[in-house]
Amino acid sequence: MKRGRKSSALIIKRGKTTNLILLLVMLLSTLSTQSSFCAAEKWPGVDEAVVKKIAKEQGREARDPLIPTDQGDLLLFVFLLAGVVGGFIAGYYWRVLMVEKGAKKNVQEKEGIN
Amino acid sequence: MKKIDKFEKPFLLTLVFIQVFWIFTGQAQAMHISEGILPFRWALVWSLVAVPLVAFGLYRLKKQAREETSFKPLVGLMAAVVFIISCMPIPVPTAGTCSHPCGIGISGILVGPAISVLISALALLIQALFLAHGGLSTWGANIISMGLMGSLAGYLIFKVLRYLRINLAVSGFMAGLLADWATYGMTAFELALGIRGESPFLPLFWKILIAFVPTQLPLGILEGAMTAGMVTLLYKKRPDLLIKMKVLRAEEVKA
Repeated sequence: MKRGRKSSALIIKRGKTTNLILLLVMLLSTLSTQSSFCAAEKWPGVDEAVVKKIAKEQGREARDPLIPTDQGDLLLFVFLLAGVVGGFIAGYYWRVLMVEKGAKKNVQEKEGIN
Repeated sequence: MKKIDKFEKPFLLTLVFIQVFWIFTGQAQAMHISEGILPFRWALVWSLVAVPLVAFGLYRLKKQAREETSFKPLVGLMAAVVFIISCMPIPVPTAGTCSHPCGIGISGILVGPAISVLISALALLIQALFLAHGGLSTWGANIISMGLMGSLAGYLIFKVLRYLRINLAVSGFMAGLLADWATYGMTAFELALGIRGESPFLPLFWKILIAFVPTQLPLGILEGAMTAGMVTLLYKKRPDLLIKMKVLRAEEVKA
């Protein structure tokens, strides 16, 4: 009984910590979003600042991509799609590895001991 | 099972928030060599070097997936991680520019350099096709710099440091750090070779490399910290997986 209470307390404590982390991530993401929208011109990518710049000095210029998604807000939409798909895949496989296969392994270990 | 679920849900939520952060800052601020920068001759050379490596990665994936059931999910996770991290622009205030880490160090450590090359090839192809990030003609060159050099550096540094009995987190940190720097070193090498024209190679190589330093020096440290965090997290949650992947020896986990 005591053990059960202890583990519940631990879960609540973990939950609080992760909520705090979540809050921080949200806050940081909001700040970063604001700063990146406001200062897009001030923060060029290293490809602009280094690669394309030096290539231009050497007489080489970048071509447009095969599928020109870098038109206005279309790029944001494509990034949104890529983010959703990438995030889903990462989350799905994390769950397969840590929850499903991890639990299966724990059961096997218990059976082995017993 | 329920307890694990309670702990996992916030983590997945965090992942989603990181995704949202990345989406909204998602302008194409990249380090990959853009479309058309390299002359055709060099683009072809790097592609010819990269294609057999990608094929070898595919062969290794099929072989290892038959031997270990956890391998395919791990490769899937690493592919998503590399894809996300390698197009996540991070502003560097000291340089006034944005760039991104590669995520290839952790991939090299966990699934080995051969499969890591395959993972980077897939991530770079999607980015070049749909995200205006990198390029199709420079695909081979980007695979060699990020996939081959990054993975190899991460893998070898981690192995050497672990052989010297250096702490797991420190080994992970150094592997991530040097994987990032090796990627940019190789990018500078490829660029200097490709665009130098009649100019001498070495001064141009140093010029590009030094221009990368203000941005990549801090980002390399960030990548090191991320790699150390991921290795340590996996060690805490699935040490058996690290043993199966030959990242750790069984005695090390028991000790």
